[in-house]
Amino acid sequence: MNQVKMVPYPSHSIIPERDEGHAVLQARELGIDFGGLTAVDDFTLTIGRTEIAGLIGPNGAGKTTVFNLLTNVYQPTRGSILIDGKNTVGKSTYQVNKLGVARTFQNIRLFANMSVLDNVKTGLHNGIQTSLLSSVLHTPGFKKAEKEANERVMELLDVFHMGYMANYPAGSLPYGAQRRLEIVRALATQPKILLLDEPAAGMNPSETAELMETIHQIRDTFQIAIMLIEHDMNLVMGICEGICVLNYGKIIAKGTPDEIKNNPLVIEAYLGKGKGGNTNAASE
Amino acid sequence: MNFLMSLITNLISGLSLGSIYALIALGYTMVYGIAKMLNFAHGDIIMVGAFAVIVSVTSLGLPPVAAILISVVVCVVLGVAIERIAYKPLREASPLAVLITAIGVSYFLQSLALIIFGSNQYSFPKIMTFSSITLGGLTLNGETLTTLIVTTILMIALSLFIGKTRIGKAMRAVSEDKGAAELMGISVNKTIAVTFAIGSALAAVAGLFYGTTYGFINPYTGAMPGIKAFVAAVFGGIGSIPGAMLGGILLGVIENLSKAYISTELSDAIVFAVLIIVLIVRPIGLLGKKTNEKV
Repeated sequence: MNQVKMVPYPSHSIIPERDEGHAVLQARELGIDFGGLTAVDDFTLTIGRTEIAGLIGPNGAGKTTVFNLLTNVYQPTRGSILIDGKNTVGKSTYQVNKLGVARTFQNIRLFANMSVLDNVKTGLHNGIQTSLLSSVLHTPGFKKAEKEANERVMELLDVFHMGYMANYPAGSLPYGAQRRLEIVRALATQPKILLLDEPAAGMNPSETAELMETIHQIRDTFQIAIMLIEHDMNLVMGICEGICVLNYGKIIAKGTPDEIKNNPLVIEAYLGKGKGGNTNAASE
Repeated sequence: MNFLMSLITNLISGLSLGSIYALIALGYTMVYGIAKMLNFAHGDIIMVGAFAVIVSVTSLGLPPVAAILISVVVCVVLGVAIERIAYKPLREASPLAVLITAIGVSYFLQSLALIIFGSNQYSFPKIMTFSSITLGGLTLNGETLTTLIVTTILMIALSLFIGKTRIGKAMRAVSEDKGAAELMGISVNKTIAVTFAIGSALAAVAGLFYGTTYGFINPYTGAMPGIKAFVAAVFGGIGSIPGAMLGGILLGVIENLSKAYISTELSDAIVFAVLIIVLIVRPIGLLGKKTNEKV
């Protein structure tokens, strides 16, 4: 855990032309209509292998819809998604997970009646291959696979200092631990990119600071890309290398935190149109 | 002393009948827990399983073991096919539409059996002959004991399967949150198909024991045990696996004791009256879990 390696490239590939070759996720002109309503349109985004990317925007901008599109919970009306170069169109959600996309939820969705251990083990579902027969008959092969699975889960839980909770029912954990457990469960599926939907929701400033640390650790330890939706600007500006701003279902800006902070369109989306010279002052 | 002997005998045959109900109830409760639907065609699977045994033994002259295997395979294929053809396209439809479809499938299976076998009673072949056991003045029917032992083994195996295996875990995950399970790499469709397969296999075994116990099968045979098993599942708390076992066994015991000591005609009425009382006192069933819907 503590062998924090510096990542070779904070790739900033949210600015696509910079490193197309290292992309783990490429969305091209993605769009979805619900009836007559266009929820997301012309969404083009590239995320690098170990990039921490932020997706921000006012309420109702379509951020969670984008996550649902990237995980094929919704089938896009237009456009394409490549995960690690593989097209996900027409695949079901569990197949997209196999290709390397895992996520957490805005409102926690753990299997509340199952133990912490079993929650994480569901994440390993695709990882362990035991035949039905061997598991019914409890063959040595099955026992070995079970032992390995338990060890892997405990290792993962220990990374997040949750090992001692392994046998508690997930629903009984305190809020912050439930949020962490959702992340552990997602990591158990061995993703290439982890989508976090408002990970800091309901956290106080010190918990948020801890979460920022955790997100960095995840990226460095597991060498994966992370994309997060978040309203806490300190968190977003503090850890994201690239940020994408969504408003009314369309991308209005992409860039580094500094570029986004000073982008007049972003300021307008969040604060409304200023009178006269206000936008100039902000873009300075 | 005589009363005590007859009480024990009645209790044991009640347990045996109840364990048949429990086997069927497990199919209802698992499907409800995982696919959130009431599969009213489940009872008719028992009838199909029983007819499969009759055809294998009587018409094809196969040995009992082969007949049982064929019956299980036929029921599993049928159960999975019903799910695939009739229920899967309605995954996103309203629960009412699914319920009506299930009732439709139930009548479809009955009518199909009626066309193929006619409305006559078929006598169920004696494929299991066990001698009675006498224990200190107590005579126990061999078939009854076999039913009790086999169903107990099956129920223990099922509990282990759901508690310990990868697929069992997937089933529990899907029953709690389909969407989250799918995002963790679990195929909801495959998990539901496995659930129907297991439920139908148990129904085939139940059909075998039901046929052995009553001796006669017709196309409507599945309806009554189906309804009673459904009652048992609700009684125990629908969605709960230990609940279905407990509900089924209690139901069988209550039915048998009322037949023996109150009235044969009234036994069904008593069974349903007990259900009504339990649901008034405890609407979620004996072992049901309260679900806290998050808004």
